Amino acid sequence: MSQETQNMLLDYAIWFVTYALLSALVMVVLLVAIAFLLLMDRKVWAAVQMRKGPNVVGPFGLLQSFADLLKFVFKEPVIPAGADKIVFILAPVASATFALAAWAVIPVSEGNFFGLADGRWVISDLNVGVLYLLAISSLGVYGIIMGGWASNSKYPFMGSLRSAAQMVSYEVSIGLVIITVLLCAGSLNLTEIVNAQKVGIGASAGLPQSILDWYWLPLFPMFVVFFISALAETNRPPFDLPEAESELVAGFMVEYSSTPYLLFMLGEYVAIVTMCALTTILFLGGWLPPLDVAPLNWVPGIVWFSLKVIAVFFMFAMVKAMVPRYRYDQLMRLGWKVFLPLSLLMVVVVAGVLQYGGLV
Amino acid sequence: MIIKALFFYLFAILSVASGAMVIIARNPVHAVLFLILTFFNAAGLFVLLGAEFLALLLVIVYVGAVAVLFLFVTMMLDVDFAELKAGFIKNAPVGALVGGIVLLELAGLFLLHGFSTGASGVTQTAMPSMGSGIDNTTALGRVLYTKYIYFFQASGLVLLVAMIGAIVLTLRHKEGVKRQSIAAQVARNPQTAIEVVEVPSGGSIIPSTEGQ
Repeated sequence: MSQETQNMLLDYAIWFVTYALLSALVMVVLLVAIAFLLLMDRKVWAAVQMRKGPNVVGPFGLLQSFADLLKFVFKEPVIPAGADKIVFILAPVASATFALAAWAVIPVSEGNFFGLADGRWVISDLNVGVLYLLAISSLGVYGIIMGGWASNSKYPFMGSLRSAAQMVSYEVSIGLVIITVLLCAGSLNLTEIVNAQKVGIGASAGLPQSILDWYWLPLFPMFVVFFISALAETNRPPFDLPEAESELVAGFMVEYSSTPYLLFMLGEYVAIVTMCALTTILFLGGWLPPLDVAPLNWVPGIVWFSLKVIAVFFMFAMVKAMVPRYRYDQLMRLGWKVFLPLSLLMVVVVAGVLQYGGLV
Repeated sequence: MIIKALFFYLFAILSVASGAMVIIARNPVHAVLFLILTFFNAAGLFVLLGAEFLALLLVIVYVGAVAVLFLFVTMMLDVDFAELKAGFIKNAPVGALVGGIVLLELAGLFLLHGFSTGASGVTQTAMPSMGSGIDNTTALGRVLYTKYIYFFQASGLVLLVAMIGAIVLTLRHKEGVKRQSIAAQVARNPQTAIEVVEVPSGGSIIPSTEGQ
């Protein structure tokens, strides 16, 4: 083996180890964050119903999620006799893996991450990052369909059929909403989309960079459509028809127990946080401070990013607590007859305004 | 380069193997799952070619939507495997004939034109001259919306016609099915929705909508 080949392999090994460690770091931070977001979800839900929520394990129930984790892992996984065993086990693994894979392209802050990762706070600064996220989020449905089918049982199958129709429907409107944002930002790179929000309505009115520059203001109808579609895409209430416990027991998860069930729940919550992060990046200015003045812009970008993600997640939790579940035909009507025409119209309007308003 | 070659062989072998499994798998649902794996590996090959936009489009359109509907339909099918196996021997010669013709055509094509990308006139016109700093999404958009705009619009029209056709074929209004009309519900007011009835002392009332 020549010296050159050895050097190249060594370079590749260093590159590989760096990225493996970075990926592990992102995953650990994400999972710990989700443990607390899950608790927050339950606490908000409880507060709306005037209950205390989980408050036994640790101070204020802070360690509840970790107790749940241990409980799930030490239980016995039950695989039904009639199940297709390989697909049955593959389904939750696929669900969790696809959900986690989305975080490879999500930039959490600007600037140099300790000289690693091409100098950005993201594992892969893909120039088609939005498309990647769209692709990954559309794969989430496979875990559910495979799980529902492999269980070889009625309710899971009903749940997976509902889920397939629901996710395919709402992806269409999510895609069109993203197109309106892309038209304004002029890039498919998530970092560029956030940077494009530095100058907007507020800045053109002579104000300093602020919350008024972000895309939620000019694209407000699309912000609302995106938020609701994100709820549907992640099977959150009021669109949690695949697992509607009052009709289908627990939908596609009926036959699952122990760690496979945990993986399904994990995949679901990671997908939810991904959608919160995507809302933050597309409409809420990512890591940009709400007002670009002295004390606020000293705060690191990742803090603003996290705060915004938590705020969006709080909205998710409040919707879960307050809104009753949709009926299936109402869900389809909303997706195809309201959101699709509305977002299609907005694509035309936004493109027209940008072209003839001389903003391109 | 060696790493890229390794990944190429990984994706290529996996896509050929899973493509074969699509045909071999006994269970149709497993076959569709292998088809999805094939799509994934094809997307991986696109990424290696530097066509990340096409790769992600393949995943979004085929894996995210088309294959979901495939899976949807296959799961509901009640396929009789014995019958399928019986038909296999009968149809094998036809399949072999079609496969042989395609193989001959491809062999002729590659033997005449060779494998290099610049050999054929078709590939030369299809490749835009990309300036520096233009990613392939922009490059694709520039060609698609200028040079090929009529073809692009025409293919869109074909899809629109297909979509309208599918809706026309499946849309039907059954008599006697209760349908929700949101507009009618919102338009209700106390005057039209509530009827105040005086009940005579010692008597009874029969609601006007019942008993007919």
